[in-house]
Amino acid sequence: MRDRLIGHVRRVVGPVVEMDGVADAQMLELVYVGADRLVGEVVRLYGEEATIQVYEDTTGLRPGAAVYGSGEPLSVELGPGLVGGIYDGVQRPLDELRRLTGDFVTKGVDAPALDREKRWTFRPSLTAPCDVRGGAVLGVVQETAFLEHRILAPPGVSGRVTEIRPEGEYTVDDVVATVETASGRQEIRLHQKWPVRQGRPYAERLPQTMPLITGQRVLDTLFPVARGGAVVVPGGFGTGKTMVQQALAKWCDADIVVYIGCGERGNEMTGVLTDFPKLVDPRTGRSLMERTILIANTSNMPVAAREASIYTGITIAEYFRDMGYDVAVMADSTSRWAEALRELSGRMEEMPAEEGFPAYLATRLAEFYERAGMVRTLSGQEASITTIGAVSPPGGDFSEPVTQHTKRFIRTFWALDRQLANARHYPAVSWMESYSEYVDDVAGWWGEKTNGEWRELRTGIMSVMQREARLEQVVKLVGADVLPDSQRLVLEAAELFKNAFLQQNAYDAIDAYCGVEKQYLMLKIIVTYYTRGGEAIRRGATLASLRKMKVMRDVMQMKFECGNEDVARLESILTRLEKSIDELANVFARRRSDVTA
Amino acid sequence: MSSQTYSLDVGPTSPLNDREYVGLRELSGPILAVEGIHDVGYNELVEVTDGQGRVRLGMTLEVSRGAAVVQVFEGTAGLRLSDTRVRFRGEPLSVTTSLEILGRVFDGLGRPIDGGPEPVGEQRDVNGLPVNPTARDFPRKFIQTGISAIDGMNTLVRGQKLPIFSGSGLPHRLLVSQITRQAKIVGEDAPFAVVFAGMGIKHDEAMFYLRTFEESGAMQRVAAFLSLADAPSVERLITPRAALTVAEYLAFDAGMHVLVLLTDMTNYCEAVREISTQRQGIPSRKGYPGYLYSDLASIYERAGMLTGRPGSITQVPVVTMPNDDISHPVPDLSGYITEGQIVLERDLHQRGVYPPIAGLPSLSRLMKDGIGEGMTRADHAHLASQLFAGYAKVKEIRALASVIGEEELTPLDNRYLQFGEAFEREFLSQRIDEDRTIEQTLALGWKALSVLPREELHRITEEEYRTYHEQGA
Ligand SMILES: Nc1ncnc2c1ncn2[C@@H]1O[C@H](COP(=O)(O)OP(=O)(O)O)[C@@H](O)[C@H]1O
Ligand SMILES: [Mg+2]
Repeated sequence: MRDRLIGHVRRVVGPVVEMDGVADAQMLELVYVGADRLVGEVVRLYGEEATIQVYEDTTGLRPGAAVYGSGEPLSVELGPGLVGGIYDGVQRPLDELRRLTGDFVTKGVDAPALDREKRWTFRPSLTAPCDVRGGAVLGVVQETAFLEHRILAPPGVSGRVTEIRPEGEYTVDDVVATVETASGRQEIRLHQKWPVRQGRPYAERLPQTMPLITGQRVLDTLFPVARGGAVVVPGGFGTGKTMVQQALAKWCDADIVVYIGCGERGNEMTGVLTDFPKLVDPRTGRSLMERTILIANTSNMPVAAREASIYTGITIAEYFRDMGYDVAVMADSTSRWAEALRELSGRMEEMPAEEGFPAYLATRLAEFYERAGMVRTLSGQEASITTIGAVSPPGGDFSEPVTQHTKRFIRTFWALDRQLANARHYPAVSWMESYSEYVDDVAGWWGEKTNGEWRELRTGIMSVMQREARLEQVVKLVGADVLPDSQRLVLEAAELFKNAFLQQNAYDAIDAYCGVEKQYLMLKIIVTYYTRGGEAIRRGATLASLRKMKVMRDVMQMKFECGNEDVARLESILTRLEKSIDELANVFARRRSDVTA
Repeated sequence: MSSQTYSLDVGPTSPLNDREYVGLRELSGPILAVEGIHDVGYNELVEVTDGQGRVRLGMTLEVSRGAAVVQVFEGTAGLRLSDTRVRFRGEPLSVTTSLEILGRVFDGLGRPIDGGPEPVGEQRDVNGLPVNPTARDFPRKFIQTGISAIDGMNTLVRGQKLPIFSGSGLPHRLLVSQITRQAKIVGEDAPFAVVFAGMGIKHDEAMFYLRTFEESGAMQRVAAFLSLADAPSVERLITPRAALTVAEYLAFDAGMHVLVLLTDMTNYCEAVREISTQRQGIPSRKGYPGYLYSDLASIYERAGMLTGRPGSITQVPVVTMPNDDISHPVPDLSGYITEGQIVLERDLHQRGVYPPIAGLPSLSRLMKDGIGEGMTRADHAHLASQLFAGYAKVKEIRALASVIGEEELTPLDNRYLQFGEAFEREFLSQRIDEDRTIEQTLALGWKALSVLPREELHRITEEEYRTYHEQGA
C-alpha cells in the first residue's frame, strides 16, 4: 500500500476533521481517516495542521486516530463499465456496495468504481510504432450495442507508441499500449484516472449552433438550449424540476447522459433505475440505461460526498466528450450542493457572505458551469457537454444567492412557476419569466427544418402571449365580456396555446416526447388559428363561430392523438383548419354584404 | 492508541476511571463542555450525573484532543460545574428493538413511561443508516384512507412520506386520527403497526392520540414515543429517530407495514435551531441552521420499502406552518424532501368544510404510480386532473367575481361557481367517521363534474365521459 501516515485527528465536528502533527500532506489529497479508513480530502493546510472533509459518517471517530494519505487527489476511474452504472458522490458503485454490506450504506467500505474482473474486447485503432498526442484514440471497446468506448491516450501523454496490444479480451487494469514520452515510458491501461476538481483539456471552444432537442415543446420551441450550453431550472418544491430533468434524461438527443441526484430523494433514483432500463431510446432502439450514468448522493447520504458529486459527474461527462460524444449533464439539485458547501464552510468557521454561503460560492458555480461547452477535442472531433442544473430556492424566491449567481453563468433560464404548477399546468415553465440567449444561435438549424418559418412562428406566438398578459390585467378588473372579439381572440389563442401546446403530459405514452416536425406543425396550426382567425373576425366572423369549428376538437387533441411520425395527420388538421376558417369568413362576409346591400 | 502523544490540557475536569470524569468547564443552555478527557468519539452517548445522582443522557457534538462538547437531551437545569459527573459510553445512543415494544408508551428517548417493564431486544443506533438507493423498491400500492380529498386527488401509497401542512387551530389532529383509523389496503390483510412520535405536543394532545388508538382497538399494534411540551426541548432531537429505528425493525425485520406519525415537526425544528444558536452556528433563514435540510432528510428519507423485504414504512408527519406561511423554512424544507404535501386551508375551515384540504397546493407525487386500472380505476388520473383544472378555474373566477361582482359573470363562469360549491360541499366535505370506498370517491368526483358542460372537460376522454358521466349526473 502506498498509504503513508500523514497526521492524527485533533478535532471532529461532523464531516469536518482537523488534524495535527502533519508532515507532508498535499492540498486536495485523498486521505483515509481512522481505523475505519473513512475517505476524506485535505481542504486546508496551515503549518502542522490540516483540515479534512470526510465523505462518510464520522460517528465514533476519536481524536488521536491516524490519518493516511493516498498521495493522489480525489479522482474518478474512467474506462469501460461506466455506462449503466450508479455511483455515490465519490464514485463508489452502489450496487457493488449493496452486495458487500446489504441494503443500507455503512461506512468504511470501499469498492473500485470499475469491475476488475470483467473482460472487454479491445480493438486497436493504430499500429505500433507511431506517434500520438494526448487525447488520441488508441483503440475501441464496444461497451454497449451502440456505444463505442474509445480508449484515449490520457491528456498530457504524447510520444511514440512502441507497443499496442492486439485485439483481444482485457480487464480494465490490463496494459493495452506503451508510449515512450519525453519524460519516460508510460503504460496505458484500459482505464485511467482523472482528478475531479480539474477540467479535462480540449483543443478549442467552438460556437454553439445546434440545439439540444429535448422533445419538450415549451423548451425546444420557446426557450431552446444549444448543444454545449448551460441551463438553470429554478423552482419551488413540487413545481417540476425533477420531472423536467428526468424528461431530458429520457428524451434529449445526447449520446450520453450523466444524471446527478445531488442531495435529493432516494426514491427518485430508484425510479430512474426501474424506469430507464424499460424505456427505449427512440434513436437507437435500445434501453435508455445504455446511455445513462447515475450519480446518486441522496439527501440522507453524507454531505461532503454531496459536495463532490457534481465534480464526479462532470468529470465523467468530460471523459465521454473527449471521445467525441455529445453529453448532457443533469444536476438535481445544485442548491443542495451549495448547501453542502455552506455546511462545510460553516464547520470550518469561514467567514460567511450572503445567507451563510461562503464568499467563493459564485466562483465555484462559475467553474462548474464553465465545464459545459461545445469544443474541438484533443483528437480533433466536435463534441459537447450541455449542463442543466436545477435550483431549489428557499420559499421559491428567485432573489436568493444560488439562483442569482447561477444566472450569471448560464444562458437559458427555465423558470418554474408555482401558480402554473398548482393549476397542474405542466411543465410549469413560465413563458414570461424564462428566457434563452441561444435563440439566434439555433435559429439557422430550426429554419432548415421548418421551411425557414421557425423564427417567425416563434415570434408570432410570443407576441400573442405578451398581449395576453397585458389583456389579463384588464380582464381582472372588468371581465372578458367587454372586450371586442378581436381582443378576445388573443385570449382564446393564448388559452389554446397553453392547453394544446405548452402543457405536455410526461406520463402520456404519446405526449411525453414531441419530435421536431410535430412541434413545428403544432405551432403552425395554432399560429394559423390566430392569424387567419383574426382575418376572419375582421371580415365579420364571430369568435363563437371560430370556437365551434369541428376541426378544433382535433386541434385540442393533436398532442395526444398524432404520433411523432403522423405528419400527414397534422398536415391534414392544418389544411382543414385553414379551409374551415376561410369558409366561415366567407359566410360572414357574404352576410355582411347582404345586409349592406 | 498512542495516548502518550496527547498533550492533555489540565482543566477542571478530573478522571474518575477510564471513561468517567467529574467537573465541567462550561455550561451554556443545553450544552456542556468538558476538558481533560481522552478517547471520546464524535456522536457518542454520554451519561451526565448531577450532584444528587440523577442521570441524564447526552451526546457529543464535537470532540477534540482532551475536550468534548456535549448536548444534554434532558436539559442542564440544576447542574453544577464542580460536581457533575460525565461518563462516555463509547457508543451512539440506541433504542431497544423487538416486538415487545408494541402496545407500549416511551419517553422521547425511548424509555418506558407506562409503568411496564424495560423491553428486551436488540439495541440499535437511533441514527440509522442511509438506504442504498439500489435497494429501494419504488412505492406504488394504493392505501385507501376513506377520505375523498386524499384518495381521489392526493393519493397516498405504501412507503410514501406525505406530510400534513397545518396551521394553529386547524383540525390536523382529527385528520391524522381519521387516517390512522381508516387506512387500509383493499383486499389485503397484512400485519401492520403504528409508530407514533409526539414532539413538543401538549399532554392532552398526546392523550387524544392514544385514545384514538385505543378506541380503534389498535393499541396493541402501537408504539408511542412522547416528548411532551414540558420536556426539555433537545430531547425532541432524538424522538423521531428512536421512533424510526423501531419502525425500521418492525418493517424490515418483522415484515410489518408501519405507519409512522410524526407530530409536530415544527417543534422538532425549533429544537434544532436552539442547539445551533447555542453553538453560534451561522443561521440561514429565520435563524434555522443551514443544515436543517439534511437534518430533516435524515428523518424523512427513512420512509420507504426495500426490495425483497415484505414490510414498509409510510410516514405522515405533521408540520404546522407558523402564520399559515407555507414558505416558512420548516414547511418549505419539508416540502422539498417529502413526496408531496396535504395542505390544510383556513378559509375552507372557516366555511365549515372538513377536512379543509386545500385543492391546489396539495400534491401527492407518488399518486400516478398508485392509481389507474388494476389499482383504483382506469379513469382516476383523468378525473383527478379535470377536478384540479376545474377547481383552479373556480379560484380564478371567485377572484374575478370579488372585483366585478357576481352579476357581471358570464353564464359559464356561473356554472364554474356551482361546480366549486358542489366540489367543496359534496366531494371534499365528509364526516370524521365517514369511510368512503374509492368507488364512492370517484363517483362523487363525477357528480361534481356533471355541473360543467362537456366542452369544458378537456382532460376527460369520450369513452370515460360516456361510461361515467351518467353515473355522476
Ligand atoms: N410534465 C409533467 N407531467 C405530469 N406531471 C408533472 C409534470 N411535471 C411535474 N408533474 C407533477 O408535479 C410533481 C412534482 O414534480 P417534481 O419534478 O418532483 O418537482 P420538484 O422537483 O420541483 O420538487 C410530480 O410528482 C408530478 O405529479
Ligand atoms: Mg425535485
